[in-house]
Amino acid sequence: MFKLLDGSQTLGRGPTFWSCFLVVLAAALIYPVFADSYDVGNFSYFLIWIFMALGLCLMWGYGGMLSFGQTLFFGISGYAYGVLAINMGGGSATIAALILSIIIAMIAAGILGYFMIWGGINGIFFGIVTLSATLVLAFFLGQTAGPEWHIGPARLNGYNGMKGMDPLAIGDFYIEGSSLYYLMVALIVIVYLALRMLVNSRIGNVIVATRENPQRAEMLGYDVRKYQLLTFIIGSGLAGLSGALYTSWGQFITPSSIGLPAAAMPIVWVAFSGRSDLTATLVGSFLLLFGFQTITVYSQQAALVLMGGLLLATVMLAPQGFVLGIGKFVADRWSARRRHGSKRALADTSRLQPEET
Amino acid sequence: MSAELFSVFYQFADVFAFLILSAAGLAIVFGMMGVINMAHGEFIMCGAYVTVGLVKLGVPLPIAQALAALTAGLIGVAVEYLVVRRFYKRPLDSLLATWGLSLIVTQSMLLIVGSSITGIGTPEGSFAIGGYTFSTYRLVLFACAVAVLVGLYVTFMKTRFGVMARATMQNAAMARALGARTGRIYAISFGIGAGLAGLCGALYAPTMTLIPTMGATFVVESFVTVVVGGANVLLGTAPAAVFLAIIRMALNASYGQIIGQIGMLFAVILIIRVLPEGISSVLVRRGR
Repeated sequence: MFKLLDGSQTLGRGPTFWSCFLVVLAAALIYPVFADSYDVGNFSYFLIWIFMALGLCLMWGYGGMLSFGQTLFFGISGYAYGVLAINMGGGSATIAALILSIIIAMIAAGILGYFMIWGGINGIFFGIVTLSATLVLAFFLGQTAGPEWHIGPARLNGYNGMKGMDPLAIGDFYIEGSSLYYLMVALIVIVYLALRMLVNSRIGNVIVATRENPQRAEMLGYDVRKYQLLTFIIGSGLAGLSGALYTSWGQFITPSSIGLPAAAMPIVWVAFSGRSDLTATLVGSFLLLFGFQTITVYSQQAALVLMGGLLLATVMLAPQGFVLGIGKFVADRWSARRRHGSKRALADTSRLQPEET
Repeated sequence: MSAELFSVFYQFADVFAFLILSAAGLAIVFGMMGVINMAHGEFIMCGAYVTVGLVKLGVPLPIAQALAALTAGLIGVAVEYLVVRRFYKRPLDSLLATWGLSLIVTQSMLLIVGSSITGIGTPEGSFAIGGYTFSTYRLVLFACAVAVLVGLYVTFMKTRFGVMARATMQNAAMARALGARTGRIYAISFGIGAGLAGLCGALYAPTMTLIPTMGATFVVESFVTVVVGGANVLLGTAPAAVFLAIIRMALNASYGQIIGQIGMLFAVILIIRVLPEGISSVLVRRGR
């Protein structure tokens, strides 16, 4: 089973890559010891969005389905967590609320995905139908300001957003600060490794074969629609995980994290990073989130202009993504110097990144 | 009785005009080049801002609107030349490039112009039938939508450019071999698409609040109309708009705007399950 971690669909393998991986992980684990709690909270905030980026990477990079609906499922799950947490009360029930809200997002993805995939919608239309659904949800939630819009005691509150739900907790112990950070790191490691195994497994090979040529995959006897739907549900479910964690982290959620320009953000992260590889997406998204947050402190509009510029620059200059391109370049140089035929480590890209951005 | 009938027609015309005006530009660009222009909403916003700016300078409204559409069209030609042209072989990347552009434009506008500017107010004028009063301007919008459809029919079916454009649409390589300058045709088509978006913004500018993100209020309607309509503007977009307008009107009347929009979205999701290539694929097949 562990062989699947090092398969042909993911870059970065061999002892060099995995020792780099362990070094990064170790650094992430001891980070809270040295940093103050404000920075740890900020770091957790960046990590929230990584799931959404990895989900889009799976759908778009591996499955060839460009979904613009990551924030749709983010929003469904985020609001679902709020409604459930308020209705079921705090404490350990919040864990159930987290899991249920992800399941709700996945069911929504299953329904929308069924109509699109069985209808044969692909390419451009897949993007604009998912985006239309996203915007309609944002408009709908935006006009729920009145007191008649409530589910149990949970008020939706229109553009002001829903608040007052409890954060994740086990009994009386609130998962906040560094314990939330460790939960995030653990979840990211699990999701990252599980996705690596998924894309290198038999199912993953069919997903990639469908991206390359759906007709050929169908001729080989696979019902490609089922594999596409599975990919869409997993990818959207990861957006749902981000959404529920976001609501729990800040104890509020507003429609603006669903509509424009929020809906464009996952696309920018994944396109910039390199959609065809999970590691590149992980590293690149983190760097972009970090940079974005740094600029947002001064001006949110300027940060968003920059994100738009990055998206435009990516498709014009490096359609495969900047981080992936640099990573491949480094790996090639590295293996050429060591006179090894096979490709080598990729984890080093994080250190080289600042030169390019 | 006739007053009620007219009222139903009036509501239908209102939604129909909105759908046609917001979708026509997008549909032309998609039909010709297979590209969805994600900055469509920003061309609409451009038309609206230019109109309001000119009216405040003292230009009469209709002239300001025409100039606004022209401005948007010229910007469209420039955008085609600088960006979109490189992506005709990669339609998905064109989606991303124009989305990047859209982000840059809206957020820069927010930085430069600020969140909202004062509008110019809907032109006065109303008339009464039976016990109901109706705004004249809404009927003007309907007339404009019909005029746009007629104009597109004449342009694409009766002119030399139209013949070339349809040839390019069917088989670009063959058209090029026969001497059509497809690059120029693409640029003009994109310009027409952007100009129509600008016209939409210009026409609706007096009726709404002007904010840099106003494009978002139009894009859902334009997207779903194009998705249901398919690649043909005349045989796709127009029937799709009639169909969606009926659904939307019925829901708007009984449950309000937002339920109307949600219902329209659900109708579209059901339709794509049955007709993934849009209404035009059925009509074009029938016609052969």
